[in-house]
Amino acid sequence: MAQQTINKNEWPLWEVFIRSKAGLDHKHAGSIHAADAEMAIENARDVYTRRMEGVSIWVVESKYIHASEPGQSEELFEPANDKIYRHPTFYDLPDELKHM
Amino acid sequence: MGWELGNSNLELPRMEDRTKILYTLQIADNALIIGHRISEWCGHGPILEQDIAATNIALDHLGQARSLYQYAAEQFNALQADEKMKLFSSTALQAKVAANENIDEDDLAYLRDGWDFHNVLLVEQNNKDWAYTIVRSFFYDTFNFFFYSALLNSADTTFAAIAEKSLKEVTYHLRWSSEWMIRLGDGTEESHQRMQDAVDYLWSYTGEMTTANETDKTAFASGIGADLAAIKTAWKEKVSAVINESSLAMPKDAWMQHGGKDGSHTEHLGYILAEMQFMQRAYPNMEW
Repeated sequence: MAQQTINKNEWPLWEVFIRSKAGLDHKHAGSIHAADAEMAIENARDVYTRRMEGVSIWVVESKYIHASEPGQSEELFEPANDKIYRHPTFYDLPDELKHM
Repeated sequence: MGWELGNSNLELPRMEDRTKILYTLQIADNALIIGHRISEWCGHGPILEQDIAATNIALDHLGQARSLYQYAAEQFNALQADEKMKLFSSTALQAKVAANENIDEDDLAYLRDGWDFHNVLLVEQNNKDWAYTIVRSFFYDTFNFFFYSALLNSADTTFAAIAEKSLKEVTYHLRWSSEWMIRLGDGTEESHQRMQDAVDYLWSYTGEMTTANETDKTAFASGIGADLAAIKTAWKEKVSAVINESSLAMPKDAWMQHGGKDGSHTEHLGYILAEMQFMQRAYPNMEW
């Protein structure tokens, strides 16, 4: 109920992703408040790209982001710790290959 | 002046120089004064993100003003001494001229008195509330968009270059203010009413932008200036489309305020200049 009261008075929160130059990924830059998607892109532009940080912006309403539970990190991530053979470091690469 | 055949040919170019400086100042002063007005929101915006948006836009306007003042100062410094004395009656600027000093963009911003400012009355009107601020910006941004679009074709290459750079900023300003028009005009009962009040109040200040004074006429005739008659039609079309989409009522055609371009201002300009110019007037040449 308290949550609803807050949402009524405040614009929704949006997560902002910025591509810093063509060819690179969009990276999470932060979050902003905005009334709608158009305004979210403009607010993100004003807050996060004023110093030429970006060439493209994605915004998504924060409520649509589903995150893993920090409490589950043991079962989710720790099993990978002792499986170093999953890294491609066990192959002998020919000398001509420079960028693996 | 066609019958004044006895006049020396030297008279004509000097006449044009003077008009071009005044024309440059009309554009520059609009940018400086609206930029200053919008900058008054800095730290007071309705929400952090819009505080930053407004401040960014204010800085765009100041940047445009700066380029234009640099150009105006360059033209001014190239005038003959007697012409310089005639162009402004502000004593602080005349003192510089009398001392045979060149002026720069800061002198034009800080040392001119109100009657030497040539901005339209619209841009000096109070912020009052967010609705008035948005409507004032929307009316001005619409004009600015068509004005700079026309100035791209100026025979004066500096004007054309400034227009090209400014138009990208102005396109964004217009997008920003148009969206706020629609959002608030078509919003709640209260936001609708506040927007309608602002539209009705500011309406009589809109005619001046697209009504040519002598400077505008000469600038257009000589190929460096914009055709305000054409802009008037485009302005009205765009404004009525957005007002319509905002569920607001378009004001009826009525008497329009005039005078700003020729130095007759509303009481608001004096307060703006008092705040803006105080430091340079009290502590000449100070830097910080």
